[in-house]
Amino acid sequence: MIDKKHIAIIGGGIAGQEAASVLTGLGYKVTILEKNERMGGMLNKWSKLFPDFSSSQLVLDAVKVATDKNLNVICNADIFSVQKENGRFKLSDNSSLDVYADAVIMSTGYNLFDATLKEEYGYGVFENVITSADFEKVHKSGEKLTTADGKAPRRVAFIHCVGSRDAKTGNTYCSKVCCITGVKQAIEVTQMWPECEVFNFYMDLRLYGSKYDALYLEAQKHHKIQFIRGRLSEVSERQGKELQLKAEDTLQGRPLRMKTDIVVLLIGMEACKQNEDLCRDNALELDENRFFKSKNIYNHRNSSTQSGVFLAGSCICPMSVNESLESARSAAMLVDKSLKVQER
Amino acid sequence: MEALLHRKIFRKNPVLGYMHMSLAFGWFLLIVVGHLETMIAEHSLFVPFHKAVFFRYYEGFDEFFLSGLFSFLMDFLLLFVLSGLMFAIVKRFRKKLFGLRRTTHLKSGDKIALTSLWLIFPLRLLAESTSAAVYHNGGFLTSGVGAAIDFIGNPAIFYYPLWMAYSLSLGFFFVALPNSRYMHIPTEVVFIFLRVAGIRLKKQNDSYTDVQVFSCSRCGICLDKCQLSVAGIDDSQSVYLLKNIRNKNLSDEKLFNCLMCGRCQVDCPVGIETIELRTVQRIESTREYNSSYDYLIQEVATKADVVYFAGCMTHLTPRVISSMKKIFATAEEDVWFMDEVKAPCCGRPLMLAGQYEAARKLIENNSRMILDSGAHTLVVSCPICYKVFKEDYKLPDVEVVFHAQYIYDLIHSGKLSVDTSNQRMVYHDPCELGRGMGMYETPRKLLGRIGEVVHMKDEKEYAFCCGGSLGNLKISEDKRKLLRDQALVTYEGFSPDILVTACPKCKKTFAAGRKLKVFDLAEIVAGAICVDSLSKEKEILEKQEADCYAVEGL
Repeated sequence: MIDKKHIAIIGGGIAGQEAASVLTGLGYKVTILEKNERMGGMLNKWSKLFPDFSSSQLVLDAVKVATDKNLNVICNADIFSVQKENGRFKLSDNSSLDVYADAVIMSTGYNLFDATLKEEYGYGVFENVITSADFEKVHKSGEKLTTADGKAPRRVAFIHCVGSRDAKTGNTYCSKVCCITGVKQAIEVTQMWPECEVFNFYMDLRLYGSKYDALYLEAQKHHKIQFIRGRLSEVSERQGKELQLKAEDTLQGRPLRMKTDIVVLLIGMEACKQNEDLCRDNALELDENRFFKSKNIYNHRNSSTQSGVFLAGSCICPMSVNESLESARSAAMLVDKSLKVQER
Repeated sequence: MEALLHRKIFRKNPVLGYMHMSLAFGWFLLIVVGHLETMIAEHSLFVPFHKAVFFRYYEGFDEFFLSGLFSFLMDFLLLFVLSGLMFAIVKRFRKKLFGLRRTTHLKSGDKIALTSLWLIFPLRLLAESTSAAVYHNGGFLTSGVGAAIDFIGNPAIFYYPLWMAYSLSLGFFFVALPNSRYMHIPTEVVFIFLRVAGIRLKKQNDSYTDVQVFSCSRCGICLDKCQLSVAGIDDSQSVYLLKNIRNKNLSDEKLFNCLMCGRCQVDCPVGIETIELRTVQRIESTREYNSSYDYLIQEVATKADVVYFAGCMTHLTPRVISSMKKIFATAEEDVWFMDEVKAPCCGRPLMLAGQYEAARKLIENNSRMILDSGAHTLVVSCPICYKVFKEDYKLPDVEVVFHAQYIYDLIHSGKLSVDTSNQRMVYHDPCELGRGMGMYETPRKLLGRIGEVVHMKDEKEYAFCCGGSLGNLKISEDKRKLLRDQALVTYEGFSPDILVTACPKCKKTFAAGRKLKVFDLAEIVAGAICVDSLSKEKEILEKQEADCYAVEGL
């Protein structure tokens, strides 16, 4: 009876699409509800992936679900309510769209931290302060990173942990991927401008993934990128829109001032704002970081607190591309298992 | 007189005010009128004190000049006191009726004193009534109650025991008084006199500290005002600070767990300097850390008319700095931005942490720099700096001006012109500027020229603290959020377009709450500068640029 069962997936990023392809492969009817105009989610904004600099487009192409009679994709569907009705789920958006499903997968992903909230870093005030997402945009366009007035930067500083592990911004958790993103982007800057000095200001480097440490070593050895342990306190603008950084070098144990042409803020991941709406009409819960709460973070990572609703990807917590895809596949398998149990 | 009446308590709650007034003022009058009565009865200006207090015991049956009027007056006053007492007893058990949500916890000394105080007046009534019954006199009250006693049994039997009980309760009260909160009765009279004479606390413990400490009646009015209770902190408030100082058992945990926002000081009926008192305790209890600012001594001042000191907090809000720069440029002011590159602290955060000596070093160095610049005006954009520059710096011939006032004056003198809009703004009074420095109207007048400032209940001296206070060294970030959101939710209730404040620390704290768009008033002004002024600014910048090229050309 598999072909009679219908699964709704909220969010058409890589996690949503990966789950959809597993489930259609098993013979289920699947509907992907994507709030934006096109599928792909946040990965659309990224140019190259760590740790091997392969193009994000490769991943996007790979997860794209083959056209299947069992797959239905609805874009511009901003779902704000999930309700249980007679044993099934009713999903509604702001217009008159209603979708009924036997199981739901949440793959709403993440938002990027709004760097203007960290006002002392000058994002939105000084033109030469950009975010890691802005850098990807430049990289993707194929152009070189330049200062606001089009000059080649002599010095670029990357700032780690912007909006992560920072109680003052309200986010005490680690976003996990920014450390390695900082290493990757620093190397990309030296590839664009071999003469440019690059500095990374970090608290501690969390290079947890396979091959991440190798990239860190390469950054130091081959690209002469300098890593300074110390958090940035403030950025100010000097003449000619040059930036002055104030930080503390905690290894040398003294304050530090540095002039630089461009500052890149490695912004963290935040839970999707819509998550709160999606919890309203059911038993879904959010954790202390506003991500979806798992039934159990060890054995039931992909199960939400509402039976029949499953979680995939970075709506659970910050995740890399690999982890998102793995999470999506295991969510799909759980859906299959639970629907088969229902059947019996 | 203020000590007996306490108008502030009336303002807080009329019933509570009446309670205190009837007890304090009523008792006072009982003593004065009783003394007069005795003087007249004895035909002498010098009567022993005990004779007046126990007049009805000594004086039984003789009629004397105006005796009828006196017994009426005395009965009336006793009734007045008793009515207050009744309220006091009700208050002990039903505090909400008096507008108090919380009340202080009593210790044993207080309990003895409280019980004696409660007994004094009913016993006096009974004793005097018995006398009235024995001698068949008394006023409207005592004669009535006396008749009732007469009805129950022979009044002569009750006569001695009741007078004995009355005098004992009176005795107990005065014995317990020095060890109880009722020490405020004799002390606060002295304190209020000194306060009105303009005497203030210095930065060290002296006898004036003791006077203030003993003047606290532990009424608990400060407890309701303290925002920390929102975060579940309920043992570090001013009343407990004063109690702990008095009992010499003040812990750092309590001493430094205070926002220093001054909300308690506003409502204190006695006018105790709760914030200064706490600052003094912090200074006295903190050992100086190994502070060295030798590297600052090499700095050299630049000559200018106006010095701008942004301070550490404004450096964390670069939008405020760029707004100030734009305002200075448009008004064509000759300004030296003193802490643009190297940013020494104003000293106030150190002061709040009890690091007085370290703060003095910074104050000395900054003073030298400011005086060397030859400026006539010092502009600051942070209320924390403003307070210390005004109160602890000695800068002869330099006017310290807060940016709200400075910008207002620029507009007033025509150096700056601003466009109006129909933006609805909630203005948040920063603690250090409002309660700290008494500046409430200038920012409102300034913002009023640009948009509409919404009036609220919790504003000016009753304004909330944003929760970001530098004064609290103990509170956790989570608890700060609770305080911040209490203010933000209230402000949201007025559905303003924006939230405006005059303190970079408040701005940063509220911005992190992500409920309302938050601006400093300098940003609002910089954004509203008229096009005319702007073209003038552009002209100047172009001229400067041209000058630069001319120099390069050489």
